[in-house]
Amino acid sequence: MTPILEVRDLSRHFGAIRAVDGVSFRLAPGEMLALIGPNGAGKSTCFDMLMGQTDPTSGQVLLDGRDISGWPARRVWRAGVGRTFQVTATYGSMRVVENVQTALMSHHRRSFAAWPRFRRLYRDEAMALLEQVGMADQAGRPAAVLAYGDLKRLDLAMALAHGPRLLLMDEPTAGMAPAERAALMELTAGIVARQGMAVLFTEHDMEAVFGHAHRVLVLNRGEIIADGPPEAIRADARVQEVYLGGGAEALAAEARDG
Amino acid sequence: MGLILAQLLTGLANAGALFMVASGLSLIFGVTRIVNFAHGSFYMLGAYVGYSLMQVLPGAVGFWGAILLSGLVVGLIGALVEVIVLRRVYAAPELFQLVATFGVILVVQDLALAIWGPTDLLGPRAPGLRGVVRVMGEPVPQYDLALIAITPVVALALWYLIARTRVGVLVRAATQDREMVAALGVNQRWLFTGTFFLGCALAGLGGALQLPKGGADLLMDFTILAQVFVVVVIGGMGSLPGALLASVLISVLNVFGVSYLPQSTLVLMYVVMVAVLMWRPFGLLGRAEVAGELGQVGAPEEPIRPAGWPIRATVAAALAVLAALPFWGSPFSVVLATDILIFCLFAASLHMLIGLGGLVSFGHAAFWGGGAYVAALLVARLDVPMEVAMLAAPVGAGLAALAVGWIALRASGVYFAMLTLAFAQLLWSLVLQWGAVTGGDDGIVGVWPADWASGNTAYFYLALALSVGGILALRHMAHAPLGYALRAARDAPLRAEATGLHTRRLQLVAFALAGTLAGLAGGLFVFSKGSVFPNELEISRSFDALIVVFLGGVKTLSGGWVGGAVFESAEDLLTRFAFWRLTLGLLIIAVVIVAPEGIVGAARGLARRAGLTRDADPAREDAR
Amino acid sequence: MHRKTVLTGLAGLVAAAALGIAGLPAAAQDGEPIKIGEINHFTRLPAFAEPYRTGIEMAVEEINAEGGVLGRPLEFVFRDDQGEPGEAIRIAEELMTREGTVMLTGAILSNVGLAISSLADRREWVYLASEPLADAMVWSQGNPWTFRLRPSTYMQAAMLAEAAAQTDAVTYATIAPNYAYGKDAVAAFKEVLTELKPEVEFVAEQWPALFGIDAGAEVQALERAKPDAIYNVTFGPDLPKFVREGTTRGLFEGREVFGLLSGEPEYMEPLGDEAPEGWTVTGYPWYDFEGDANAEFVSAYQEFAGESPKNGSLVGYSTAKSVAAAIEKAGSTESDAIRQAFEGLEVAVPAGDITYREIDNQSTLGAWVGTTALRDGGGVMVDWSYKNGADYLPDDETVQELRPSE
Ligand SMILES: Nc1ncnc2c1ncn2[C@@H]1O[C@H](COP(=O)(O)OP(=O)(O)O)[C@@H](O)[C@H]1O
Ligand SMILES: [Mg+2]
Repeated sequence: MTPILEVRDLSRHFGAIRAVDGVSFRLAPGEMLALIGPNGAGKSTCFDMLMGQTDPTSGQVLLDGRDISGWPARRVWRAGVGRTFQVTATYGSMRVVENVQTALMSHHRRSFAAWPRFRRLYRDEAMALLEQVGMADQAGRPAAVLAYGDLKRLDLAMALAHGPRLLLMDEPTAGMAPAERAALMELTAGIVARQGMAVLFTEHDMEAVFGHAHRVLVLNRGEIIADGPPEAIRADARVQEVYLGGGAEALAAEARDG
Repeated sequence: MGLILAQLLTGLANAGALFMVASGLSLIFGVTRIVNFAHGSFYMLGAYVGYSLMQVLPGAVGFWGAILLSGLVVGLIGALVEVIVLRRVYAAPELFQLVATFGVILVVQDLALAIWGPTDLLGPRAPGLRGVVRVMGEPVPQYDLALIAITPVVALALWYLIARTRVGVLVRAATQDREMVAALGVNQRWLFTGTFFLGCALAGLGGALQLPKGGADLLMDFTILAQVFVVVVIGGMGSLPGALLASVLISVLNVFGVSYLPQSTLVLMYVVMVAVLMWRPFGLLGRAEVAGELGQVGAPEEPIRPAGWPIRATVAAALAVLAALPFWGSPFSVVLATDILIFCLFAASLHMLIGLGGLVSFGHAAFWGGGAYVAALLVARLDVPMEVAMLAAPVGAGLAALAVGWIALRASGVYFAMLTLAFAQLLWSLVLQWGAVTGGDDGIVGVWPADWASGNTAYFYLALALSVGGILALRHMAHAPLGYALRAARDAPLRAEATGLHTRRLQLVAFALAGTLAGLAGGLFVFSKGSVFPNELEISRSFDALIVVFLGGVKTLSGGWVGGAVFESAEDLLTRFAFWRLTLGLLIIAVVIVAPEGIVGAARGLARRAGLTRDADPAREDAR
Repeated sequence: MHRKTVLTGLAGLVAAAALGIAGLPAAAQDGEPIKIGEINHFTRLPAFAEPYRTGIEMAVEEINAEGGVLGRPLEFVFRDDQGEPGEAIRIAEELMTREGTVMLTGAILSNVGLAISSLADRREWVYLASEPLADAMVWSQGNPWTFRLRPSTYMQAAMLAEAAAQTDAVTYATIAPNYAYGKDAVAAFKEVLTELKPEVEFVAEQWPALFGIDAGAEVQALERAKPDAIYNVTFGPDLPKFVREGTTRGLFEGREVFGLLSGEPEYMEPLGDEAPEGWTVTGYPWYDFEGDANAEFVSAYQEFAGESPKNGSLVGYSTAKSVAAAIEKAGSTESDAIRQAFEGLEVAVPAGDITYREIDNQSTLGAWVGTTALRDGGGVMVDWSYKNGADYLPDDETVQELRPSE
């Protein structure tokens, strides 16, 4: 099966800092791939390059075999990639449902339309998306007043608006209560299973990682140090070393504190 | 050779006062992120205070003492302004503080007039430094040499203060990252006050130091402001070495410009400014702005909704009453209403740009005046009928906005603002100095409407239709996908790009649209007045529009035209009295303090508290 | 002073607001004052506008003490336009349609004057442009409804050119603000001087930005050209800077200097004991009048205002006198009657008898030409003489060509 995403020797340097250094991996359709690593390992930078929000210093990103490196984010998005942000990015001056409508409007290429009333456009579709992430009851609230967990779910709804084939999620459960985390991961896993999209996510919560990922990549100082199924990663000596030899427990603890 | 050296020395001497004022402005901006429009006023105060002190303090000691003292006095006045006014509005929307500083300009103008009188004061000469020194045969005034010696001393002292003292560490830290300083437990309030003191003291020092080369007059606040903006922007906002480099560059360039391009000195300065900014959008030594640094602060904007039928009915009724004005009002009220309507359209166009697009332009007058000039030139030079000229005004201004926006949008935040200012000033200086085509200062006269629109009443209806139509169109646009896409690009540009929005193109469209409507307003203006002059392109016209938008309220849909109507009416009433600038300035400052969310925002808050309107969303209450 | 302050005005503000919307022009009745609308830059150029206002106020007091005009008191309504043409237009509309003024006066800046003049032509209101100097006021942009009192740029430049032609200087350098008045002033001086003395040569032209002079650089640039004589048009805050740098650097040593308006008290007084000596200037030597109408005016003014007169005081006074004479001659306050009365109107003002020429609506008020000197720590004009404006205007044929509207 051809991979939906292929990353070849991808690097990004900020001056002397090698945030990402020679990363290569593949992602198959329907696969849920976790990218883990300590803070500062280069995960978000990696996401930024995949999404076209940072230009790689070198290397390539291939989507369905097509080289998309250097494309602007909006073009990557149109090619079927959606993302959520580590620090949630929503439109604070709009209601929840309008946030999703804005994404839908862009999907339907109507964002420059100056005539139609926005309120009526794609309302039902937006509500359906909110329903999916369990936010329908909050549709009318201003996004600026949402609790953090709800913002994460709104962020997800927006990332799903154009039915992406590849979803990038940067720390989807960071800052949530444990019960909420599990729920969100369940939710995501369900959507992924139903729609058959591929997911690449970073996560500090090891329960989430080992409970849902089909495969795990471990990044340290910009380099991939391990790649394999969750059980193998759990047992990998180098991974344990990176996480100060404490195993998964320490990993989870570090995430909570950091 | 000797002459060139002497010219160089003249340039260096001129750079002195300029550097002091510019470094003060830059410092204040770097630490507090306030663009201090009133900085020229502190320079003027420095000159007046220095003059008065020199009258009482005798001899050389008195002279130099007076200069130092005026720095101190002006610094204290600046600190006072910071404590009384600015401190209260740091949490207001970004750049709102400049409204307050504009109020300060007005107050200082009238106070200076009241205290020192209308006559220009000739600065005393420096004791013992009245003569010249011959440098390779060329006369160089001794005081010039003194200035050339003093400037590096001041620059070094500043450098020492900033690089080698604890205060300096804090200032530098604040310039880099304000949150961090707050986190360090430093009393940010006093740091800001201290910075204001220092910045204003430098301006005052500059004003007093130039006394022997000129004097004190009531126009010097705006004269220096334009130059200082150029210097600070070329050097890089917040960069002291940049301010030094740019003041030397501009001063020396000016001196040679005077000799070799005597007709185009103004244009030269702005051409250099635009060129530098196109090459380096953050100035020669400026730091690229961290995204979101100038993000909106304060209470989040409320979601918008189309007006319900009670409001629509009220607006329709009010419009009907307004439309009937010629039947119940005096002939003059029709003229006044026409002026206000036109100004409201101008303000509303800028308000859209700032409110929806988050793009603060300091040069919106370029499109207002540009539209007016397009129309006037077509009528005066090509005998085009009014209808065509009126159409050409928005088209021309819109195209100009497209070009300017294309370049200026490479930068963001205050640098974007400064680039727009640079283009506006360039256009202004071109119109001023290219007299053969534009008529220069004498403007273009005799541009009156076509016969059918020539009566005041007929023209009122034309202005009513176009202005109200334009404002309604802007409002409609806010509720259309374009409006939402613009707000998306403003609220979270990364998210917007990651959901397929072309943020820069959206902003360009908004900029062009704002320019188009400002041009339409300018076209209406020129036929209502019958003439146009370069002052319609001046900085102060751009400031007028900015003040009005902020006063009306940025985070509301109607802030633009409401602010326009209130400001224009208040001005019309107040100018009938002596010392009206003082009153208007105090009024503006009062609004800033009492209602930092603007007139419309405050009115909405009041109405809500009185139970007149329900909250935008009931669910909101439980979230608090 | 006779001005409303903000406080006393606040009460009137409410009334004004109400009036502004619904008020109707006061009907002209016997005994009601005849109102004149005076628009000026009281906040923008107070040093020039205030003495002018006082001059008007003094004349109005005199006129009313003698029974007013057409048996009714004369009243000037003063309004500030901030030096903005657009404001001036609105104020003009208000004065004429709401305040019930019968004609307009005022403006110092030429652009404001030109804007009002264009409106006056269109609305058929009489406008006496008292101070604006632009030649365009009565020539290229001239119209039947606009009259001008003060001697124009051309006239004053011609007076200096005449004086210049009598010196030995052959090479000239000019310095003038880069703005319409400066350009006109240089063009007129060149034209007249070249006519009187064809061998003169202009070796340098400097154009500092208005009120933004870089005096040191300008002086160096002038010095570089090594002219025999310098023609100066800079004014306002630019002039002291230019004079000081020029004096310090020895620019004026051994050179003839001709200064347009530089002898007016508005320009001389701020210079104090640094006023240049030996310049040939146009101005107003109020301190040296003896036993004539000028001297009478000066002493009456000093008593009235408690300060010495400026050139603006004289112009303001003469403005009010001209207006009163025109309305008296018209026998009516109708615009067209006043306009016809102004054509060829003869008025006695302190400077002498003047006529508003029928051919171009320019008055024949002149100016004093003299040499600057220092006296009691201040600059004065000496060896002056009054030049009648009528002698410094082009011949009628030329004027007709210059004035396309008629
Ligand atoms: N814009 C930038 N400029 C300079 N350094 C950066 C930038 N963005 C990220 N870095 C650096 O790159 C490294 C990787 O950061 P990041 O990708 O955010 O890590 P992670 O998401 O794994 O925590 C860090 O050392 C960070 O400081
Ligand atoms: Mg990260």
